[in-house]
Amino acid sequence: MTLIADAPKQGFRLGMLIYDTRYRSITIQVIVLILVLLLVGWLVDNTRENLANKGKDIDFGFLWRRAGYDIGQHLIPYTNDSFHIRAAAVGLINTLVVAFFACILSTILGVILGVLRLSKNWIVSRLVGVYVEIFRNVPLLLWIILVGTIFSETRPQPRDFRPVEGVAAAQMILWDSVAVTNRSTNLPMPLLDRPLPAIETPFLTINTSFLAILALIAASIWVNRRLLNRAKAVQEATGVRPTTWWQSILLLTVPPIAALLLMGFHLEYPVLKGFNFTGGISFDHAFSALTLALTLYYAAIMSEIVRSGIQAISRGQSEAAFALGLRPNRTMRLVILPQALRVIIPPMISQWLSLTKDTSLGIAVSYLDLRGTLGGITLNQTGRELECMLLMMLTYLIISLIISSFGNLYNSSVKLKER
Amino acid sequence: MSETFVRTQMIAPQSPPVTERGAVKWMRENLFSSWLNIGLTVLGVATIYYLTALSLPWLLNGVWNANSLTECRQIIALNFGPDAGGACWAIIRARWYQFIYGFYPPDLYWRPVLAFGLLFVALAPVLYSDNVRNSGLLVAVVSALTVGALYLVVMPFWLFVVLTAGLIVACYLAYTRPTRLLYLTPLYPFLMVWLLWGGSVWAPIVVLAGFVVLVIAYRLLKPSLGVPIATGIGVVAAVLWWLLLDVQVADYLESVLPFALAPIDSDKMGGFLLAFVIGVSSISLSLPIGILLALGRQSDMFLVKSLSVGFIEFVRGVPLITMLFTASLLLQYFLPPNTNFDLILRVVILVTLFSAAYNAEVVRGGLAALPKGQYEAADALGLDYWQAQRLIIMPQALKVSIPGIVSTFIGLFKDTTLVTFVGLAEPLRGITTIVRADINWKGVYWEPYIFVGAIFFIVCYGMSRYSFYLEGKLRTDHH
Repeated sequence: MTLIADAPKQGFRLGMLIYDTRYRSITIQVIVLILVLLLVGWLVDNTRENLANKGKDIDFGFLWRRAGYDIGQHLIPYTNDSFHIRAAAVGLINTLVVAFFACILSTILGVILGVLRLSKNWIVSRLVGVYVEIFRNVPLLLWIILVGTIFSETRPQPRDFRPVEGVAAAQMILWDSVAVTNRSTNLPMPLLDRPLPAIETPFLTINTSFLAILALIAASIWVNRRLLNRAKAVQEATGVRPTTWWQSILLLTVPPIAALLLMGFHLEYPVLKGFNFTGGISFDHAFSALTLALTLYYAAIMSEIVRSGIQAISRGQSEAAFALGLRPNRTMRLVILPQALRVIIPPMISQWLSLTKDTSLGIAVSYLDLRGTLGGITLNQTGRELECMLLMMLTYLIISLIISSFGNLYNSSVKLKER
Repeated sequence: MSETFVRTQMIAPQSPPVTERGAVKWMRENLFSSWLNIGLTVLGVATIYYLTALSLPWLLNGVWNANSLTECRQIIALNFGPDAGGACWAIIRARWYQFIYGFYPPDLYWRPVLAFGLLFVALAPVLYSDNVRNSGLLVAVVSALTVGALYLVVMPFWLFVVLTAGLIVACYLAYTRPTRLLYLTPLYPFLMVWLLWGGSVWAPIVVLAGFVVLVIAYRLLKPSLGVPIATGIGVVAAVLWWLLLDVQVADYLESVLPFALAPIDSDKMGGFLLAFVIGVSSISLSLPIGILLALGRQSDMFLVKSLSVGFIEFVRGVPLITMLFTASLLLQYFLPPNTNFDLILRVVILVTLFSAAYNAEVVRGGLAALPKGQYEAADALGLDYWQAQRLIIMPQALKVSIPGIVSTFIGLFKDTTLVTFVGLAEPLRGITTIVRADINWKGVYWEPYIFVGAIFFIVCYGMSRYSFYLEGKLRTDHH
């Protein structure tokens, strides 16, 4: 037995900065830090010099000047006298609206397609397979441009709807309630004769009637759930389930309809006046084309996610459920879906994220979203590239970070607990 | 006395009932197994019928020979009746060269054709690294197609003979010494740039010489100073070469031994030529950068890690289109005054950075999928960091991440269409808008989009099939 002696003490040598693992990481980090600082300094210096050469400065004051351009689709009050900052807000809201609708629609379509792709029916699964391959292997931009072109070039002009000698070149569809022109889709608008008083705030007007209806629907659902719970309690106590379906239907339908009738609900139909349709809700084709194209393209991608998620659950799970005597739809609901969702949701969230970013392709159909207002017209009018791009990128970054932090929250909540 | 009633011969097996065999069984199981299934079948057949009835006559009535859309319509009306619809493929016939080459001078089409053919020759040994038959076949097919295409375009005859001979040599090498062909792969990017943009041959060669300087410095200094310092000095020497000597040496060599192709401006590039240039260069550059970023993100060093995470999350958080606007509007602010370099190069840089961040996340997934034991085993063998990465970690991590990497590449290639928004003439919107603005073809919309979409489909679908092949080949677990 020998005693292990201490490592021989040596003085510090310069070579140890590289060859000794105790110091190497510090050396590398110091070098990286110096390089990064040099790079940043170089960029900042260049920017300063370039700005000085052009006689510009960095100033966000332009946001509080008159914008002077119109935005067709604005969900908060906006005129061309509003400030640039409000134009940017309108653009942001337009971005979020398209992203919201396209996310919901594409998820629904994607789930349906994903399930159909797994169907035992040969024709249907092949058909869906062809759809998926065609849509996801061709650039999204092509779908946006194609849908936009079809809308604007094949639909009739508004004046074609006017009867000439009793015959109009184009007809409204769905019992004269919907008009699709080359500019927009005009739908009937639900209106109330006797609405509740609206609350005015400086930024937006709160529609209390709408909130009241929503509250009423929520209350009906809550009462209905109480009813079902009571029925279940009776069933567990006596073995006989009381009939509840008609009570449920009455509970869910009567109060909202009664409230709507009380407030004087009616539809306002679009009418051709002058050169265009007025009245009703008008969806610009830029909006419809963008939403439709995003929906079709992302549904193809999401259907693959759903398919692989369901396939990832081993067959043994469904066989075990069948062996326990569960019926197919309960097997799906209680055994397959809870496990499949854990696989499906994370990639789904990242697809929602990239869908939201891809709404910026609305530029192809001149949709005025955040890029179209702040990063488009405002940028060109004021010539403040640095400020506009910075604000726009930061806004997109914040939206992305919010969505992906939701994703991370979900992931950590469903994560399998191991060791 | 007993009689036996036991049968002594086997009865010939009966064929299964008619509902349990052949096409009837298949249809019962796959199309009509339940009421829901019958409904779906009917719906599916109805959809197919509807789509066919809508598009087939239109496709079959297509006209290939016409000079304008009105002429197309007249021919269709003449042949198939006044109400018949039909495709006007004549627009593709009239303008295909713009969709493919943009505004490249027609008498120089052989250069992009050769560059495209050589791309596959250079890729073959990488794509089918352990399969001489496949890579040889690919090289042979591509060479034959390239020679055929070169025969069709305008070029001097002696050049055609020389290039054909060169491609035949490449085929011979692919079958006999496939590793020799691998030398072409790193040279290809320089060759491609020279072929497409033209100019003196010495410019790319002198740039290439910078790498030779690096290797020489490394080799000379390694025995005395060790790997890290030798690498550092090599990199510094190469950078100095590029910054200080590059242009002078190239100019001198050009004056001594002039050998140049006609230079082509970047604004002449367009169509699928542009899409492939951006796609290929960004793909080949973004993978190494992505791997480095992924390693940085996994690193123990705080500064390296936070820089990588910051970069990756920032890039993944903004749309590509804002990056492209950065390339066209902001890059001029960040660079020294009066530097003005090519828009295509700026776009390639930004697209590369964008795609690198996505690749980094894919590779990180692959790294995370490796069991910790692999890292520990590499350490136990006494491998240093880069050896462990090169020999143990990366081969396994990259294998796991192949599907993800290929799908980023497919996404990148599809995203090359977005460069239209900074004013480059890519095929989908740039060229199509130009073509559709022609008075002769005003009102055409399906045909150009179908043509462009079909080419994108072929390329992207091909890439995804190749990734399936690779996954199957690299699978080492249960066969």
